[in-house]
Amino acid sequence: MQLIFERSVKGRRAVKFCDDEKFPENIFPQKYSRAKDADLPEVSELDVIRHYTNLSRRNFSVDTNFYPLGSCTMKYNPKFTEKIASLEGFTQLHPLMPQIFGGGILSQGGLEVIYKSEQLLSEITGMKAFTMQPLAGAHGELTGAMVIAQYHKNNGDRRKYVIVPDSSHGTNPASAVIAGYEVIVIKTDKDGGMDIDEFKSQLNTDVAAVMLTCPNTLGLFNSNIKIICDMAHEVGALMYYDGANLNAILGKVRPGDIGFDIVHLNLHKTFATPHGGGGPGAGPVGVTEKLKKFLPIPRVIQRKDGTYALRYKYPESIGYMAPFLGNFGVILKSYAYIMMLGKQGLIEVSENAVLSTNYIRAKLKKYFYIPYDKICMHEFVISAKTLVERGVRAIDIAKFLIDKGIHPPTIYFPLIVPEAIMIEPTETESKETLDNFIDIMKEISRLAQEDPDKIINTPKTTPVNRLDETKAARDLCIRWHAA
Amino acid sequence: MKLLFTKEHEWVKVDGKTATMGISDHAQHSLGDITFVELPAIGAVCKQSAQIATVESVKAASDVYAPVSGKVTEINDEVEATPETLNISPYEKGWICKIELSNKEELSSLMDQAQYDEYVKGL
Repeated sequence: MQLIFERSVKGRRAVKFCDDEKFPENIFPQKYSRAKDADLPEVSELDVIRHYTNLSRRNFSVDTNFYPLGSCTMKYNPKFTEKIASLEGFTQLHPLMPQIFGGGILSQGGLEVIYKSEQLLSEITGMKAFTMQPLAGAHGELTGAMVIAQYHKNNGDRRKYVIVPDSSHGTNPASAVIAGYEVIVIKTDKDGGMDIDEFKSQLNTDVAAVMLTCPNTLGLFNSNIKIICDMAHEVGALMYYDGANLNAILGKVRPGDIGFDIVHLNLHKTFATPHGGGGPGAGPVGVTEKLKKFLPIPRVIQRKDGTYALRYKYPESIGYMAPFLGNFGVILKSYAYIMMLGKQGLIEVSENAVLSTNYIRAKLKKYFYIPYDKICMHEFVISAKTLVERGVRAIDIAKFLIDKGIHPPTIYFPLIVPEAIMIEPTETESKETLDNFIDIMKEISRLAQEDPDKIINTPKTTPVNRLDETKAARDLCIRWHAA
Repeated sequence: MKLLFTKEHEWVKVDGKTATMGISDHAQHSLGDITFVELPAIGAVCKQSAQIATVESVKAASDVYAPVSGKVTEINDEVEATPETLNISPYEKGWICKIELSNKEELSSLMDQAQYDEYVKGL
């Protein structure tokens, strides 16, 4: 397929404003004009439409194919939420409206959505207050880490370290470092949980917080989680819950009840809004009573007469984290999703997500090496380690699946499992889809023994075949240059 | 001169007061094609087991830890321009940096080749 630049023909236009020679000169100060032309493609409207329509037909998405991408919860996003988000009353609401004099009363609907979303998420996670500002999961983590820092600073306490397990999401240590902490990494024990003895040996009054996801990236619920929370609290450290895996425990367990102090959620994972390049995301952060005053400003409050307003007077707040109260459209879609499913619906989400995953795991355990093979939560991890001697690696399996119309699972993560393949079907897939995936995985297992070349030289059916990933990383070129 | 190894898969070769370090063959093999190496600064003070460099492969970014404490006296610029050197020649051309040892006793905590081979087998 040609690039849009390659379709360019000199002088071709979609719309003609005026003849070039009549175009008024010097309407802009000279210093703002380009030294040379912008090198834009010169194409007709039809050229543009054909180009992008054809490009979109090559798209691989959750709307077209099964997407068992572990760690990312790529569930189907029901279309009714798009309809709600496109209601004129919301799309025409100017983001500055609630901040201008007299504008509050004209933006009550928008403020109510934010206020009620905060309340719903607090109820779901067992927290006391939420901020909807953070624009993505990692931005939520940074917000949480800044709240942690502010809390200790407020206590006159200078702490240096944040503890994370080696199975944690890479963004956890990164967020802690950006907030000014040094990171201590704790190893995983043989059962797949954080090694309690090593944790004990590293825990002291210099530790500001412990960042955990539960269930973890192996899809395992840590049965020591309450003990870990209690131990951390004993030395004055805060417990941070990475909500990336909330889909597994929705309506079953509340992080706040276990003893977590801070929670971030990924609305684009658990609460069904688009992500994975299709974003934007949202990473709201919830906290317990004692941390409420540190949340970003402005906060949406409800007045005695039932109306909503913005309040800025929180002198201990960490300040602004995002303009215009966050990605409002995303918050709105998640609000609609929660209201539509209701309490029972959300409970069924996690039940079906866990059931689907265990169904696949049980069916595949005879065919693949599963390093932590026990009842899991919303995802599980296969290792292709045993197939390496046949010349088949995790990446080859991932590429083969593309030819079979399945999006590759996450591979080479978590780092603690060699040749990892991380599978998360989510609750939105039918038994037929799961069975089809299981059959294809069995075929891979058979081919690995009988004819590994059939796996290795894939994909073959895609517009672009196997890419040289090393060359792409070492010799990155993402800009088109005229020949 | 014999090589000593850490549990985190770094090697170190000591000549008098100078230790040359890099990542082991096992490490480069499990990382896959290395695409980027971030070197320490000359003169940087490092502590045993603390992060000293970063390597990125097509699979992941990994921290490299200092096998010994001391001061960085020399870095291998060549691996910055051609990261694949770590894959091709992990023990020779793919060295990462040289460290002036501050505590020779630390060497006793490291493994020799035979112990390391045994350790890798058990992983």
